[in-house]
Amino acid sequence: MKVKLLYFASLADRAGRSEETRETAATNPRDLYAEVSRAHAFALAPDRVRVAVNGALTDWERALADGDEVVFLPPVSGG
Amino acid sequence: MRHFHLSDTPIDAAALRITLEDPAAGGCVTFEGWVRDHNEARHVTRLDYQAYGPLADDEGEAILDEARAKFGLRAARCVHRTGALSIGEMAVWVGVSADHRDAAFAACRWIIDEVKRRVPIWKNEHYADGESGWLHP
Repeated sequence: MKVKLLYFASLADRAGRSEETRETAATNPRDLYAEVSRAHAFALAPDRVRVAVNGALTDWERALADGDEVVFLPPVSGG
Repeated sequence: MRHFHLSDTPIDAAALRITLEDPAAGGCVTFEGWVRDHNEARHVTRLDYQAYGPLADDEGEAILDEARAKFGLRAARCVHRTGALSIGEMAVWVGVSADHRDAAFAACRWIIDEVKRRVPIWKNEHYADGESGWLHP
């Protein structure tokens, strides 16, 4: 399965890119975050991160499908 | 019509204020967030804001919808900057109008707090010593 990931803020800095398309065996965002955290040495624990799939906030156990756009959101700092 | 916007150009507060006008409103409250030259004892020289656009739009709109219902507002608007900002520039503008001032003050405060808590926007501070860092409170 292939998913598209968008990275923002410190996660983009760590990953050295703002997006990637990734072949993965992860079936949900929880496993995918563990995988990309290892790949890019992300320091943020998952309990500090929110996840969006295809532009909407969702939960960590949601099933992923081929072609999904996944975004892991670090703690926000607008304003 | 959307009431929350991201903008990569300077915010026109005067033009936004006009959109709050309503014959039934007894007052409006606006808030401007400005780029400040220091944070936690460090000298800040400029900021970059990054946003996840589609979700920021939806989450910002949801906050304004919730505020209108919760406080009985006549109008509510918010614009947040993206991109590179200098010291003193307006980073965010919130404006509401309501029949009475209590609702307007409370709603304006509630909206900026919710925007800071929920909307996927990130601030990168550049410091006088050349370092920079994304804030993840």
